[in-house]
Amino acid sequence: MGRKLLTEHINVEGIDTIEVYRKHGGYRSVEKAIKTMTPDEVVEEVKKSGLRGRGGAGFPTGLKWSFLAKPEGVPRYLVCNADESEPGTFKDRQLMSKLPHLLIEGMITSSYALGANTSYIYIRGELLYVLRILEKAIAEAYAAGFLGKNILGSGYDLDLYVHPGGGAYICGEETALLESLEGKRGNPRNKPPFPAVSGLYARPTVVNNVESIAAVPVIVNEGGDEYAKIGIGRSTGTKLISACGHLNKPGIYEIEMGVPVEEFIYSDEYCGGIWKGRELKAVVAGGSSVPILPKELILKTAAGEPRLMTYESLSDGGFVTGTMLGSGGFIAMDETTCIVRNTWNFSRFYHHESCGQCSPCREGTGWLEKILHRIEHGHGTERDIDVLASVAKQIEGNTICPLGEAAAWPVSAAIRHFRDEFEWHIRHPQEATRPGAVFPGKAVLA
Amino acid sequence: MAKITFDGIEVEVPDGTTILNAARTIGGGIVPPAMCYYTPLKGSGGKCRACLVRVAAGSAKDPRPMPKLVASCVTPVQDGMVVENTTSEQVLDVRKGIVEMLLINHPLDCPVCDQAGECDLQNFAFEHGVSTTRYEEERRTFEKIDIGPLIQLHMTRCILCYRCVYTADQLTEGRIHGVLGRGDAAEIGTYIENILDNEFSGNVIDVCPVGALTDKTFRFKQRVWFTKPVNAHRGCENPKCCGKVVLWYKGKDVMRVTARKDQYGEVKEWICNTCRFDKKETADWTIEGPARIDRSSVISANHYELPVLNAQVIADLPESSVRDLEQNPPMRLGN
Repeated sequence: MGRKLLTEHINVEGIDTIEVYRKHGGYRSVEKAIKTMTPDEVVEEVKKSGLRGRGGAGFPTGLKWSFLAKPEGVPRYLVCNADESEPGTFKDRQLMSKLPHLLIEGMITSSYALGANTSYIYIRGELLYVLRILEKAIAEAYAAGFLGKNILGSGYDLDLYVHPGGGAYICGEETALLESLEGKRGNPRNKPPFPAVSGLYARPTVVNNVESIAAVPVIVNEGGDEYAKIGIGRSTGTKLISACGHLNKPGIYEIEMGVPVEEFIYSDEYCGGIWKGRELKAVVAGGSSVPILPKELILKTAAGEPRLMTYESLSDGGFVTGTMLGSGGFIAMDETTCIVRNTWNFSRFYHHESCGQCSPCREGTGWLEKILHRIEHGHGTERDIDVLASVAKQIEGNTICPLGEAAAWPVSAAIRHFRDEFEWHIRHPQEATRPGAVFPGKAVLA
Repeated sequence: MAKITFDGIEVEVPDGTTILNAARTIGGGIVPPAMCYYTPLKGSGGKCRACLVRVAAGSAKDPRPMPKLVASCVTPVQDGMVVENTTSEQVLDVRKGIVEMLLINHPLDCPVCDQAGECDLQNFAFEHGVSTTRYEEERRTFEKIDIGPLIQLHMTRCILCYRCVYTADQLTEGRIHGVLGRGDAAEIGTYIENILDNEFSGNVIDVCPVGALTDKTFRFKQRVWFTKPVNAHRGCENPKCCGKVVLWYKGKDVMRVTARKDQYGEVKEWICNTCRFDKKETADWTIEGPARIDRSSVISANHYELPVLNAQVIADLPESSVRDLEQNPPMRLGN
């Protein structure tokens, strides 16, 4: 059984109230940081911990913090990205609704480290009930003197606000989030300038994922070195994985980095195997935007090594035979799953969520969806597969923000690993469009 | 000052200049095309991705190449930067892809479009695109919106460059014009179909790179290549209006009035709606002389002769277009 750093007390009765939370060691990191550490020391601890951004990109959090520009007399901001809306990812929602004070504690400690006096939690608009939980918790933190003027008599002031989004996936992209927070249309900005230099209201800003910020109190309490001992190599600490799909026990698991994928899927401690006694067919390991991998490649790398739940191991082999840890949205598919239908479904999502600002993404996502829709419904032609791959390539890397890549990668990967299934749909449309049809051939590696 | 190498040519520009503007100081065929960037409009650029270039060396301090192609219109230069535009196969390939993306939902109704002949998208597609399409799906359409008696909106032709949004926003008080909807359903709109009505609204026609916003008083009157452009000015009463225009003549009649554009199709001095829509008599104006029109433009031909690919024309074309023309010669091209 791995250590649980974030979710140890998640099932304690009343943990969403400040009294119970403090009884279980809550807000210790605030006291420790503000009373005994300088802001730079906190940043140093986070650097030592090797914590990497939990929102998907995996950028080292401490390094991101150290990039923050600190001109004299200019306010700085910390913004928590709680706009979790990637299909397959639902870890932050649970963390915030069960342990609101953990996020608030992390926000206070992190804001102190960055020298921010105003911080925001930008929460997905659909999570209105979570917003209410957070606001209640923030009111409790104000009453207890952890927020507001002169926190714990230190002279440090912090105001924390929760801001609900308007319901667009794109606002999870950090610069679109900042635009939205400023009250504008959520269009991603051109970079440079990066938010660390010119972010919210053109001020230096750090944007971090909920889970990254929630890990900061643990790091401050236990020390960065201690945190870095968990995990393998550059993947340190624990990670929340939201497992869904055809599993016996879908749900949210806090794992120590480095658990083998095979153990994560099949052991009773985690997902307990594939439901109904079926075979695993494919896995999307990090939320819908990362490349899909067939069973052979998700359990073992191309070199035959067992695949581990770490940033490095999952991306071993690049995109040819690897994938990404992403945000930890682990989607398992059994042998009856239609990969074409699944790819179409993902594409439909990205088509719907493209902001429409830059041309490759605006036009390309719609094109991908329309072709996939045609193939899935039995009207595909042989040429379509190559057109799909080429359109995906035309989008990838040529857009303002990563949504273009997020839309292109699943399509490219599905064709790369399951081309024969696409061909079956095109050559045998009547069979393939029958309700409940299952691809008869075994997926072979391209 | 920063020294950069653009397609093998060294140029020195002030710090903070964008790559595109640095290339424009060199001029000629190496300048990246721009469909959404517009120098006088703050915040424009970065959207169409037509101007993507490869940065082979980031700066003298950090000479690593940038991992992705960058939008040259919004990326500032660094001292020692090495940029590849026409010298990079990757850039030319990607640009072909951008043309394709911009055209898949474009109605291609050039035969009935008033912009034809002076359309940035036509030029862009001719110079950088391929002559066939792979798109077999239905093209998107929009419900027609009437935005007033002076300006015609054809949303199906729009490439969402946002230029008109910035124009409406930055030239006049009170914001009534913007983008509604998301993704490929995004459209230029005046909220609750308000009539676009202010003294400088006509400038959105000039900034529009395609035929999405056209002059209603000129609608279906003439093809632009049958009209003759003449520079003229008048002392306009409006202090914000420069009064310097181009009159487009057919015979003795002024068919339409536009602001003056530079060689990159940019209006540097705006004109008011009175000058544009109401002063259509020669007597209203002081004539300066024929307006300069790029010789490769169809407007300079002014008649219906078939274009003949002579050596000079070919020399003016980018290499990629010449290659493309040789492979797919237009059917009626001279023999």
